[in-house]
Amino acid sequence: MISREAYTDPAVYRLEMDRIFSRCWLYVGHSTELGKPGDFKTRTLADRSLIFLKDRNGSFRCFLNVCPHRGAQVCRLREGNARSFNCIYHGWIFENTGKSLSIAEPETYSPNFGDGGRNDLVPVPRFEEYRGFWFVNFDHKASSLKEYLGGTCDYIDIIVDQAATEMHIVGNSQEYSARANWKLLAENSIDILHVEALHPTYLDLVATNSGGAMKRGKMQGKCIDLGNGHSVIERQATYGRPIAQWISLWGEEAKVEIDAIYARLVKQFGEERAIRMSRYARNLLIFPNLVINDIMSITVRSFQPKAADYMEVNVWALAPREEVGTPALERRLSNFLEFLGPGGFATPDDIEALESCQRAALSACEAPWNDLSKGFDPNGDDRIGDTKDELPQRAFWRGWQAQLLRTGT
Amino acid sequence: MRELKDWTRADIEDWLYTEAALLDEWRLPEWRQLFTEDASYLVPNMAGDPYASPAATLYLIADDGHHLTERVKRLGKKTAHAEYPHSITHRTISNVRLLGIENGDLKVSCNFTTNRANSQSGVIDTYFGRQEYKFVQSTEGLLAREKRSILSIGALRPHGRLSIIL
Repeated sequence: MISREAYTDPAVYRLEMDRIFSRCWLYVGHSTELGKPGDFKTRTLADRSLIFLKDRNGSFRCFLNVCPHRGAQVCRLREGNARSFNCIYHGWIFENTGKSLSIAEPETYSPNFGDGGRNDLVPVPRFEEYRGFWFVNFDHKASSLKEYLGGTCDYIDIIVDQAATEMHIVGNSQEYSARANWKLLAENSIDILHVEALHPTYLDLVATNSGGAMKRGKMQGKCIDLGNGHSVIERQATYGRPIAQWISLWGEEAKVEIDAIYARLVKQFGEERAIRMSRYARNLLIFPNLVINDIMSITVRSFQPKAADYMEVNVWALAPREEVGTPALERRLSNFLEFLGPGGFATPDDIEALESCQRAALSACEAPWNDLSKGFDPNGDDRIGDTKDELPQRAFWRGWQAQLLRTGT
Repeated sequence: MRELKDWTRADIEDWLYTEAALLDEWRLPEWRQLFTEDASYLVPNMAGDPYASPAATLYLIADDGHHLTERVKRLGKKTAHAEYPHSITHRTISNVRLLGIENGDLKVSCNFTTNRANSQSGVIDTYFGRQEYKFVQSTEGLLAREKRSILSIGALRPHGRLSIIL
């Protein structure tokens, strides 16, 4: 049982920003978003304004977007390419390596002013990558990213390995929001149970697209608590997948292509893993706020809490590089938009449900509890369950509780 | 029969106001009749080139004729939860310009402001930007074969959704 006040109480929100978002690894961006040296993106994580960039030497870096002098943002663009950043306020200039290039009227400071890099841009305390996904951590003492990701790595691998070349981010992110607590979206992203009740209009579309071949029934698959609040649901896909499950809407030519992709996967990874990669879908939640859903398309979704009752959402499409310029990418993007995003046939209804939960959570005084006990076995360890169990939500809340109760700094 | 070059700005404005009225009144199957069977309805992402191909980059909406028909069907159902009960919308069209005939299409641009009031949440969201149409002549009159809605808001915040047709 979850207290509904956990979605509405500003004190809980402040505690989460302090103990979860200032201590856990947070996804900042993908290596393929920064093509050339000098490319940068500004992002906001845990209320910190950041610059994620590739410096003049080709190294990935992430800085707090704040001038060491008087605190203005040194970069006010959402993206671009720059060899240096000029602060508009007093004209301090920084290399994209973070190093101070010049300050205003240096002759008026003591000779050793700026020693020890104190005039340089401040890097985020920790900045690490796993298979193209870059994360930051505001806790100097955090364990390594690899250790934190733990059991999620195998699922990231199974997604990234689908590409013959590499996975890359296609275009820009969709940027939207929800007037709801961030934990409601975490719960929703790893919830299969809601699909038939909430998304019948999407299922109707899928049935039309597949000529009635894609029918929902009992799904082969399972959900797993991956530790640290992470979880995954992996099950047979009930829709077409660019890699690699054909549907009639895509035509006979596509069938040949998709069969060839499947054959490549079998050759490279063996039949068992190839079946998982192509015919199974997975929803992966990396605690606290990253979702990688390898479903009818691959989406990378992160959400930033802004208040107890409001979050910002960023969503990217991930695709194999070899699909560029081919009908395969078109199919993948069409699949994406059918379901996902603020204009999709499903996501707007998710947002509606989350906002409905948020409005109703204000009745917590008389109706205090959310129930997440579906599929709970009091005699088991609650680590593996059926696809429609609420085990992933319980895994999330166990991770949440462990972080909030963690003592020390 | 009239030819494309015979349509005046006043004619086009009438078409646009009719379209806006049908959308405001949730008469979506009738609205669909204003478009060709294979028409596309495009809402590019707000960052990036609004004319990049939806086959190569991520849009917000990139409906072909099939998906546009399905979108209209969806919004007619009570299970389109984001828009049931229907929100109240008002579309305002202005700055209508005829941009000439190109490859057999009459190109038209206008500004739009769409206000959406949601009865559930009590919130009011405003969408604004520019719309670009490509019209063709048919025996039934003027039909649109492409509508591109280029939003000028930086992000769908705090809107959170694009559950109505712009």
